[in-house]
Amino acid sequence: MNKENKIIELKNVSKSFDGQVVLDNINLYICDNEFLTLLGPSGCGKTTTLRIIAGFETADEGDVIFLGDNINNLPPHKRNVNTVFQRYALFPHLNVFENVAFPLREKRVPKAEIEEKVSEMLKLVALSGFEKRSVTSLSGGQQQRVAIARALVNSPKVLLLDEPLAALDLKLRKDMQQELKKIQKATGITFVFVTHDQEEALSMSDTVVVMSEGRIQQIGTPIDIYNEPKNAFVADFIGESNILDGVMLEDRKVRFSGHVFACVDSGFGKQTPVDVVVRPEDVDIVPVEKGHLRGVVTSVTFLGVYYEIIVDINGFKWMIQTTDFVDVDERIGLYIEPDAIHIMEKSEYSGMFGDYSSFSMEMDEIGELEEEDLEELGEVVEAAEAESESAE
Amino acid sequence: MKNENHVRRRSKRIERLCLGPYSAWAVLFIVVPLIFVAYYAFTDNSFHFTTANITRFFTATSKVTDDSGAAKEVHTYLLIFGRSLKLAVISTILCLLMGYPAAYIISRSSARTQKIMITLIMIPMWMNFLIRTYAWMTILQDTGIFNSFLGLLRLRPVHIIGTESAVVIGMVYDYFPYMILPIYSVMAKMDIKLLEAARDLGCNGFGVLRRVIWPLSLPGVISGVNMVLIPSISTFYISQKLGNGKFYLIGDAIEGQYTANNLHFAAAIAFILMVVLLVAMAFMQRGANKKAVA
Repeated sequence: MNKENKIIELKNVSKSFDGQVVLDNINLYICDNEFLTLLGPSGCGKTTTLRIIAGFETADEGDVIFLGDNINNLPPHKRNVNTVFQRYALFPHLNVFENVAFPLREKRVPKAEIEEKVSEMLKLVALSGFEKRSVTSLSGGQQQRVAIARALVNSPKVLLLDEPLAALDLKLRKDMQQELKKIQKATGITFVFVTHDQEEALSMSDTVVVMSEGRIQQIGTPIDIYNEPKNAFVADFIGESNILDGVMLEDRKVRFSGHVFACVDSGFGKQTPVDVVVRPEDVDIVPVEKGHLRGVVTSVTFLGVYYEIIVDINGFKWMIQTTDFVDVDERIGLYIEPDAIHIMEKSEYSGMFGDYSSFSMEMDEIGELEEEDLEELGEVVEAAEAESESAE
Repeated sequence: MKNENHVRRRSKRIERLCLGPYSAWAVLFIVVPLIFVAYYAFTDNSFHFTTANITRFFTATSKVTDDSGAAKEVHTYLLIFGRSLKLAVISTILCLLMGYPAAYIISRSSARTQKIMITLIMIPMWMNFLIRTYAWMTILQDTGIFNSFLGLLRLRPVHIIGTESAVVIGMVYDYFPYMILPIYSVMAKMDIKLLEAARDLGCNGFGVLRRVIWPLSLPGVISGVNMVLIPSISTFYISQKLGNGKFYLIGDAIEGQYTANNLHFAAAIAFILMVVLLVAMAFMQRGANKKAVA
């Protein structure tokens, strides 16, 4: 990856739909050969950002720069980027070969060259021999591969992927993650990947861009984002976090949950209110008398590799992941190493996340309703409204 | 397992029961009449087998005078058939040229606009066919509404009624909904992501139309063409009223023979028309299938 070599730059990009701000002053650059992921919950603006790069939407304000040229008004078919759509968008009237050959035929590439390129692409996505098959007869994973081959056959500078794995089941999704990463390495094409799945983002990307409410919250490597989240939103969205209200007493000394801890952060000044992040896997369970903090276990969930336990400490519920077995209602002590404590400045998200008092697995799943589902829900509601209007 | 089979057999039986009324209807009012048409077409007045009716269609001649006043001998029914075909094809093409873009624009507008537009297109269909045709007579007459309007604009009146144009206008007006509705319903179901994908892969607006929208809308176009071509080739009322009876069409011929109590020859003309249409439809369907595969 060459950090100097910016392929795409978004400068002060804003976008509203019907008066609702979807993107609020986005600034972002994408480097040659990198695997960049736009990560965020539904409605955070990640898909809109992708569509602005592809040319399907135009920014209300700001500029899109492609290799130094402003492409604000360049239509999609003239941009050297291609898209893998969420539900593949394969042409149902064409077979596998013709789907992949589609962009080449548009460019009037000679027949022999088309055959060669298409078979090369089908080989890359492990679909050799499927040329004559109808795309509607393929499984989801196979359709996905055709979509990738079709988007790559033109050798674009940048490949845009809009939640391409969302419709696949877990096992297949894991395989495709590996495969996408492999394809990106093999072709050297810059990938811009959109997902709401933080695990996917961490495992595949060179750079992760965390978005919320139309704004970029943090840009960094997966390790940076996980270990040094900038605010409570990022800390909560990426992995599990206990986020506590604290006061930075002085450099490397912080007080939270009624106890003064040694930590490794500095530069916040004295007596400064801060947000404190402690990851659930970084907390050690010790006998009550040896702990920094003491509390009562309120629930224990067995998750295979570890137990996920919730501990009530002075009314704040902590999540702890441990391989030690403890029982519900047991009183335990918690021990926290200095480097397990991460300090963040206060932000608009302070106090919104990080307490597990309302935690349940079910809630998590509701939170993961996909954008498309919501859209569909919206359409249903609209249709119902139109129906009732016409009835009047 | 046994129970399951039982349930399946029962649902099969219910299925057959539900189909019953329609099957009876179809046999009684579609299959039997068709057999009668064929039977009448190949028999004479005393119901002996004959091909004379069919032969008559192809060989009957009559004398007509053309515009220059010169008389000449023509094959009566072939001429009429040719004229019907010509007017029907022109009407179908006009319906397609107007209906296709309109269907596309409607299918891409908001749900509300779509509903309003489709209702507007269907409203004329709620009116009686005869009334609609009479309305066009008043509009197109030499002293009709259209010419009065031209007069208001101080333009010279045009003579339309009694020309082929008037017949075509009438047919296009009557059959236009049958063109636009099937095309619209196919287009409304088209995934907009496919159009975006085509643009993404290098198609300009025309390329998207040619390579994605057109092939995917072809089934709608074919049913639209069938639904306009078939009634307009066999129409007789429009040509009588708007053509002032000067353009004798194949439908008029059938009606004329029928009212003259010439049932066997009327059946023969109807039979030939049916065969020609079936062959034409089969060819069209095959062409479309080939295109869909390619």
